[in-house]
Amino acid sequence: MESITQFLEPLFGNFVNLDIKQVIMWVIGGILIYLAVKKDMEPTLLLPMGFGAILVNLPLSGVITRGDEVGVIDLLFDSGIANELFPLLLFVGIGAMIDFGPLLTNPKLMLFGAAAQFGIFFTLSMAALFGFDLKDAASIAIIGAADGPTSIYVANYFESNYLGAIIVAAYSYMALVPIVQPPVIKLLTTKKERLIRMPYEQKEVSKTTRILFPIIVTMITGIFAPKAVALIGFLMFGNLIRECGVLNSLSDTAQNVLANLITLLLGITIAARMQADAFLNPQTLLILALGLVAFIFDTAGGVLFAKFLNLFLKKKINPMIGASGISAFPMSARVVHKMGLAEDKQNFLLMHSIGVNVSGQIASVIAGGLILNLIAR
Amino acid sequence: MGINVDLFLQTLPIMAKGLVGIFIVTGIIILCIYILNKATSRPKKDKKKDDAGK
Repeated sequence: MESITQFLEPLFGNFVNLDIKQVIMWVIGGILIYLAVKKDMEPTLLLPMGFGAILVNLPLSGVITRGDEVGVIDLLFDSGIANELFPLLLFVGIGAMIDFGPLLTNPKLMLFGAAAQFGIFFTLSMAALFGFDLKDAASIAIIGAADGPTSIYVANYFESNYLGAIIVAAYSYMALVPIVQPPVIKLLTTKKERLIRMPYEQKEVSKTTRILFPIIVTMITGIFAPKAVALIGFLMFGNLIRECGVLNSLSDTAQNVLANLITLLLGITIAARMQADAFLNPQTLLILALGLVAFIFDTAGGVLFAKFLNLFLKKKINPMIGASGISAFPMSARVVHKMGLAEDKQNFLLMHSIGVNVSGQIASVIAGGLILNLIAR
Repeated sequence: MGINVDLFLQTLPIMAKGLVGIFIVTGIIILCIYILNKATSRPKKDKKKDDAGK
């Protein structure tokens, strides 16, 4: 009998290290994988994160550093996220994907991008009110940037203990934009406002403007918020590669190979901060709730700003386009376009909402940079 | 963790500075885009010539 026990002990011994919290994390990982596969919710991030959550929560998991034994997930975290490398490289790819044409055609749309960052600053105050320290509050608030790489960058900069929860919230709510935004928009606008038509005037944008735009944005943002230089600089570097016209092959690589490769590693690496002990606590639920607050107040900020401008404008703006000022691209622009069509089948708001949406991408990075500047590490 | 009114009050100036800051930076970028568009747009005469050529 003893010999059988000795034979089986190395095989089954690890079962005694299994903790109910780890099983709960498997379920959470499973839910993330389910949402990614069945509901198509940000599958590029949620699926690797879900699988990663299972990986790191196996008892005595070998992917986590234990003593002198370096685990691969921790190694990836230290070499890709702790030094902010992955989000920045991903920004090169995102920058190469963005066409700022609709924004350059109608630059005042950028104001809505700025207004729709209200949720970030509002959530900062709310998180502080609910007892998070200033650095964690700032990290949580940046969920409202609706921009994964910026959230990772800022939360990591402040060495937040809640990185896993913050990233899960950021990507989940980005995927839930079509569910979160419409009720807020409807609540804040009248039917008459939603029916406002905005004819789109096609204007030519010179190649010189397209090339100089990323350089100028980087310089201006860098001067006002020096700590945002890396974020805005890498985003605009990608865009410069796209627009210069002589680096098509690099642009193509940045948009596809680089972005895919980094995304592939990013999701599974974030799981390093999804270990049961760090993730399963009441603060995680509070962070998920605050993330929702951030998205709601971002949307409200954009819509209410448009309504405010309408008080002074002869040519009225459809206030729904203000909601596209969050960075979730292109979901937010599509939501507004669809809502416009639902009210009036001839009301095409897409080009305006796309312009506001790409503005939101720049504005969220600026907001992230300002947070880094305003709050000491 | 509990309600922390003091810290909440500390964040209000940060909120104000952040919002003002983002509108200032955005305003300057908008101004630059207008200037860029003006400086690099082709004169109307050229456009008319192009259209006539078509």
